[in-house]
Amino acid sequence: MTAIDLPTPKLGGLDLVPTTDETQKAKDFTSDQEVRWCPGCGDYAVLASVRSFLPELGLKRENIVFVSGIGCSSRFPYYLDTYGMHSIHGRAPAIATGLAVSRPDLSVWVVTGDGDALSIGGNHLIHALRRNMNITILLFNNRIYGLTKGQYSPTSEVGKVTKSTPMGSVDAPFNPVSLALGAEATFVGRALDSDRKGLTEVLRQAAAHRGASLVEIFQDCPIFNDGSFDVLRKGDDVAQRLIPLVDGEPIRFGNDGEYGVVRAESGGLKVVPVAEVGEDALVVHRAGEQDPTQAFALSRLSDQDLTHTVTGIFRKVDRPTYDDGARAQVTAATEQAQQRGDNLQALLTGRDTWAVMPTPEQEA
Amino acid sequence: MSTDTEVGADLPDRLVAHGEIRQTEVRQTHRVVIRFAGDSGDGMQLTGDRFTSEAAAFGNDLATLPNFPAEIRAPAGTLPGVSSFQLHFADYDILTPGDRPDVLVAMNPAALKANLKDLPHGQVLIVNTDEFTKRNLAKVGYDSNPLEDDSLAPYQVHQVAMATITRTALEPTGMSKKDAERAKNMFALGLLSWMYHRGTEGTEQFLREKFAKKPDLAEANILAFRTGWNYGETTESFAVTYEVAPAALPTGTYRQITGNLALAYGVVAAGQLAKLPVFLGTYPITPASDVLHELSKHKGMGVTTFQAEDEIAGIGAALGASFGGALGVTSTSGPGVALKSETIGLAVALELPLLILDVQRGGPSTGLPTKTEQADLLQAMYGRNGEAPVPIIAPASPSECFAAAIEAAHIAIKYRTPVFLLSDGAIANGSEPWNVPDVADLPDISTTFATEANAPDGSGEFWPYLRDDDTLARPWAVPGTAGLEHRIGGLEKADGRGSISYDGDNHDRMVRLRQAKIDGITVDDVTVDDPSGEAEVLVLGWGSTFGPIGAACRRVRAAGMNVAQAHVRSMNPLPGNLGDVLRGYRRVVVPEMNLGQFAMMLRAKYLVDVRSYTKVAGLPFQAEELAGVLTDAVKGDLPA
Ligand SMILES: Cc1ncc(C[n+]2csc(CCOP(=O)(O)OP(=O)(O)O)c2C)c(N)n1
Ligand code: SF4
Ligand SMILES: [Mg+2]
Repeated sequence: MTAIDLPTPKLGGLDLVPTTDETQKAKDFTSDQEVRWCPGCGDYAVLASVRSFLPELGLKRENIVFVSGIGCSSRFPYYLDTYGMHSIHGRAPAIATGLAVSRPDLSVWVVTGDGDALSIGGNHLIHALRRNMNITILLFNNRIYGLTKGQYSPTSEVGKVTKSTPMGSVDAPFNPVSLALGAEATFVGRALDSDRKGLTEVLRQAAAHRGASLVEIFQDCPIFNDGSFDVLRKGDDVAQRLIPLVDGEPIRFGNDGEYGVVRAESGGLKVVPVAEVGEDALVVHRAGEQDPTQAFALSRLSDQDLTHTVTGIFRKVDRPTYDDGARAQVTAATEQAQQRGDNLQALLTGRDTWAVMPTPEQEA
Repeated sequence: MSTDTEVGADLPDRLVAHGEIRQTEVRQTHRVVIRFAGDSGDGMQLTGDRFTSEAAAFGNDLATLPNFPAEIRAPAGTLPGVSSFQLHFADYDILTPGDRPDVLVAMNPAALKANLKDLPHGQVLIVNTDEFTKRNLAKVGYDSNPLEDDSLAPYQVHQVAMATITRTALEPTGMSKKDAERAKNMFALGLLSWMYHRGTEGTEQFLREKFAKKPDLAEANILAFRTGWNYGETTESFAVTYEVAPAALPTGTYRQITGNLALAYGVVAAGQLAKLPVFLGTYPITPASDVLHELSKHKGMGVTTFQAEDEIAGIGAALGASFGGALGVTSTSGPGVALKSETIGLAVALELPLLILDVQRGGPSTGLPTKTEQADLLQAMYGRNGEAPVPIIAPASPSECFAAAIEAAHIAIKYRTPVFLLSDGAIANGSEPWNVPDVADLPDISTTFATEANAPDGSGEFWPYLRDDDTLARPWAVPGTAGLEHRIGGLEKADGRGSISYDGDNHDRMVRLRQAKIDGITVDDVTVDDPSGEAEVLVLGWGSTFGPIGAACRRVRAAGMNVAQAHVRSMNPLPGNLGDVLRGYRRVVVPEMNLGQFAMMLRAKYLVDVRSYTKVAGLPFQAEELAGVLTDAVKGDLPA
């Protein structure tokens, strides 16, 4: 340490990734592969949003990598003209971890489904979040197994009737946002597939975040779980259900902002008409708050029937990332090794050696 | 006193003449096997390790066999809690840690009971009498005290109250009795060091370094060590000491090395020789964890280690790093391989370099975590869905792990494929002298990343699955390379172009191409050791059975019979001349620590009626036992 403590420059999520001056368009990110999702699938909307958002980052295209697992949504990387890997079921966060640690110059994205991320890959997801890997995870939640043709998933509502649950499912679902917050995620956001503006804003901030960003995307599967998010899209009461978060603002929603969120006796949060409590009683959203309690309480407002569904950025806090830390150790150790003059020969030889000399006959 | 011994040769005449120091007979011997056995808490592994270092520093050839329970501390004084360390050292090149001890040090009744059956009659037994209490004897089912009845009559027994003597010697240090008694393993080491004319400085320096933060403890242990030494020197009970001269090994600089250490060094070296950063993604598991421990110390040599949440994540991260242009490595044992199988299959499909270090242990399931076995061979060969060939390298001894790791990495990089390295518990924890290579003599295993579009149609596209004519390897194009953006995955790919293809004929071609790539890997021919040139029986082994097989061959040949020995180091693909070699003998015997997995591969591939000899008792074969098998084979009495 020097006498004056210089502030360490705070890195953004993409600060080590090379940029380009060339203007890019959505078309530049479009691969030659024919997109093969079912007509009307929500994945199309997300793909369109991502393709049109990526140019905004101004990164060299070759320094962007999409890693996915298995599922309909996990076909995503094939349709983007970046580097990509369509891996195996549930393991994308693990693969992305190795890539992100060894290549700080890459922008690493994970594309996963509700089954991929929360069933078979649940372990990798929580650990990637806990470690705060510098990756952005897009979780396509259609509350169903699409690719395997319609079994219930770990986000399906209790009682869901599917091919594998003809009498209705009996197990309780995960709430991906609650799960991510519980797993120490430093960035958690949520958006609807059809809400290009909202989704793009969450993607923008997720990409800029240094550390693991989890973005839950409500995605429609018209074939096996048709209209599962329709209550959030159409109808008279959409505004009374959707609670868009605005950082630093009191949490208020409804057609005329007639509803608000206040603290509940339970210790959590609840929805009340603003008229009953007055604006000053409303809680103010602070995504940067280190204490995740309020963010968690917000995630609990959305019950499985989507009565009150919060969208936007729940949490966005700074915490050292695993990849930066791991690389810093390697860098420090390498510098020390260079100073000491360490080399492979010295390592192999070690300290306790003995010499076997040629015998006189051998020498002769 | 026999005539070939010297009496107190190096003592000053004056002392001998005055009879101030008693005269001890010094016998020259070529080889000695010592086994230290005690409770898990008695520090037997450390004691054995130290004696090994002294033997190594002295220039003996040596081989060791640690044998310890899976429990960290099984209940004290019980049979399951017995831990032992066997060391064989000699003045010539030896091949095994020895079948049976010449000297057994038993620190308690359990250690005696568990190990006595291995001690040949007439040999030396040193017993710590302090632990032979009624209660301890009862714990292991001794009805009467073997030190008092005549059951130990066939042995040269030395009863030494190690704990009491150590405690008394350490009284001036002010240590508690319990702590003082704990140093009794150093007493035992001191006594054995005296018996075998080993230096004391190395151990004393080692103890000072080990307990650098607790100098009192260091001095107490040194005092215990010296007390043991002096006990031998001054009491009358030991009439003979032994000298084992340095071994005439090939010239060079030697160090002692275990298989796991050699493996870790091989990985570090592979990264340097390939000019690639090394990324180890792994999850702790016995007996492979030491590879992680060691590699985590070498961040300064371009190694990143990642302790993942499970083995699937470990190998996944390694594969991700390989995609990014690093040398991805994962280390594990059998249960971990089971978890990694799907990712290994992905690596086969992606055709990316990946090194899988499997330190085999007893299975199935958790099996015998601390014991050795070779039963993962078929898992490595075939343990994946689909046709998913993976090269397999199997080192034959601890020190061979170094070159094997480099070789495995070389294949992985050159052919863009996952490669298995099959070590085992005996190799991993066993140690031997290693002729340290000159780094300048190590091979260059570097490769080049793709930088240019390669489409044969001149379209300016990049085809990730266009193969090298020679190796059939595909280009390794790492993210960050402009113009080569491409997508890979586990779905079948179109030959050349690499886009998704569900076409049956294309799949047929790709399956055969992947197989042909592995089959075409350059592998050294197997060499046959047949000094007589007239052997009709060939013994063929792989992996850690090399030592016992070689020692067995020496015995059989010494008895006037002919036997040929060959050892396979590339299990997949097999050496090109192997079929001809097998067909050249009347009888082929294949000893393995499984139920005949390699024998099955050989029979299937070469249609040769090899005879399998198998054992899965958690310990290496004994030379004596294999010599018997080979003798039977030579005499034509081998059971079918
Ligand atoms: C090891 C393994 N188990 C099972 C499967 C079959 N499988 C493929 S995708 C999938 C579920 C996908 O659901 P989700 O992740 O929600 O993706 P979606 O198709 O809905 O986008 C399953 C069970 C597989 N490919 N691999
Ligand atoms: S099955 Fe559902 S999720 Fe899959 S592509 Fe079709 S609509 Fe989309
Ligand atoms: Mg789904």
